[in-house]
Amino acid sequence: MIKLENISKAFNGEQILSDIGITYEQGKTNLIIGASGSGKSVLTKCTVGLIQPDTGKVFYDDREFTALDSKSRQEIRTEIGMLFQGNALFDSLTIEQNVMFPLQMHTDMKSDEILERVNFCLERVQLTGVNHKYPAEISGGMQKRVALARAISMKPKYLFCDEPNSGLDPQTSIVIDQLISEITKEYNMTTIIVTHDMNSVMEIGDKVIFIHKGRKWWEGNSDSILSTTNKELSDFVFASSVMKRLVDKK
Amino acid sequence: MNLLSHIGKFSMLIARAFSKPEKMKIFRRQLMFEIDSLGIGSMGIIAIISFFMGAVITIQTSSNIDSAFIPAYTVGFTVRQSMILEFAPTIIALILAGKVGSNIASEIGTMRVSEQIDALEIMGINSASYLILPKITAAVIINPFLVIISMFIGMAGGYIVAWGTGIVTTSEYLYGLEYDFKIFGVYYAIVKTIFFAFIITAIPSYYGYYTKGGSLAVGAASTKAVVTSSIVILFVNYVLTQLLLI
Ligand SMILES: Nc1ncnc2c1ncn2[C@@H]1O[C@H](COP(=O)(O)OP(=O)(O)O)[C@@H](O)[C@H]1O
Ligand SMILES: [Mg+2]
Repeated sequence: MIKLENISKAFNGEQILSDIGITYEQGKTNLIIGASGSGKSVLTKCTVGLIQPDTGKVFYDDREFTALDSKSRQEIRTEIGMLFQGNALFDSLTIEQNVMFPLQMHTDMKSDEILERVNFCLERVQLTGVNHKYPAEISGGMQKRVALARAISMKPKYLFCDEPNSGLDPQTSIVIDQLISEITKEYNMTTIIVTHDMNSVMEIGDKVIFIHKGRKWWEGNSDSILSTTNKELSDFVFASSVMKRLVDKK
Repeated sequence: MNLLSHIGKFSMLIARAFSKPEKMKIFRRQLMFEIDSLGIGSMGIIAIISFFMGAVITIQTSSNIDSAFIPAYTVGFTVRQSMILEFAPTIIALILAGKVGSNIASEIGTMRVSEQIDALEIMGINSASYLILPKITAAVIINPFLVIISMFIGMAGGYIVAWGTGIVTTSEYLYGLEYDFKIFGVYYAIVKTIFFAFIITAIPSYYGYYTKGGSLAVGAASTKAVVTSSIVILFVNYVLTQLLLI
């Protein structure tokens, strides 16, 4: 479980996040949705400490992350896996070395144990035979999988995914979504997915939080979202006429 | 941003970079890689530049000696003194500030804008130490060797010109190279080189690390890194010369 209390953040006098409180639940895929520029990435970065919020607290289970010094934060971070919007794979390292990296830095595992774990993670994301390629040599969908494999290599308790579907075709998007959702249940992780893809919301959204202009505007699940009376949320959800037609049919 | 806040931010970054590496094994591997890439990878350009510096000093000096009171061995002597005291340490540092500096700033800058540095931090890794410390350490270790090699190649360049053109006999040239040799000059060059090695790697790391934006910003960071480190090298060169030679 991760809990946010009263998170606010301004950049150069412009308020980006205002007084956000959210509880992300364990064993569930918690989705943050909202328009581009609404502050989803900033919120995620505040949660993991890449950006210091102006006010507010972040708790990882019972540990108040925002009150810790950088040394203790580093410890919590070894329990966090993160999938970045642009993958953030190390381009000077091969696929195998990328996935290996956290294990080499933080564990005393022997190299054959590490390799075994790496291959397990790569197989888990259905990616084999590319161990010795470099990130630039594989497709966007494959890069996402590598990033996911790297994020889960340390068996994290918390998984953050910032727009895991951006730049992917619909089919690959669904595969990635399903992988994240399955892995979340398998490891009983607290997973946070930032997205603006309604497909993901309907498929894997156990809990959905709608951010609008830097505020938490709505909270619910993928069922209740279709019957929402909230104007801004409804504008967001039904921006595509396909969604509208689907609901009308129901 | 003003100079003082740059210096403050720079010092904090370097202090963070100088913390104990997470895993010594990984650090040693990176160090070897950087020694190879920053050091061995610069051998070619250093050899070419040093050779021509020695050759040109030889021609310049001999063509300027027209008095019978100045002995011919002055040529070798001048080549040696200028290579050891100034040309090898300072010119090589300036060249490396361009080559190595732009390389470091764009490498780290790209890692910043593509969120690779954020990824390191999320993994609980001190990104400053992981990325910067091996580069500074590698340069401080390898650059003194590069500079000593540069001295020899410069003197050899002068020798080959002397031999090829006959503007000074090779035996007089060699006599000049050995004339009144004091090892202090070499120590002085090495001290300077260690300072310069730090400047060449730390300043570009700083500009790369704090790159904001996209690929354009990476280019801008790289340019700023080269200009700033060159100026700082010249300034520090002046200060060290005054401190060590007067
Ligand atoms: N480091 C930063 N400095 C200044 N402004 C920022 C910074 N990061 C994000 N912003 C601004 O905050 C707003 C929200 O950005 P972001 O969280 O990335 O949106 P999104 O919801 O699309 O992920 C944007 O207007 C962006 O320009
Ligand atoms: Mg975003």
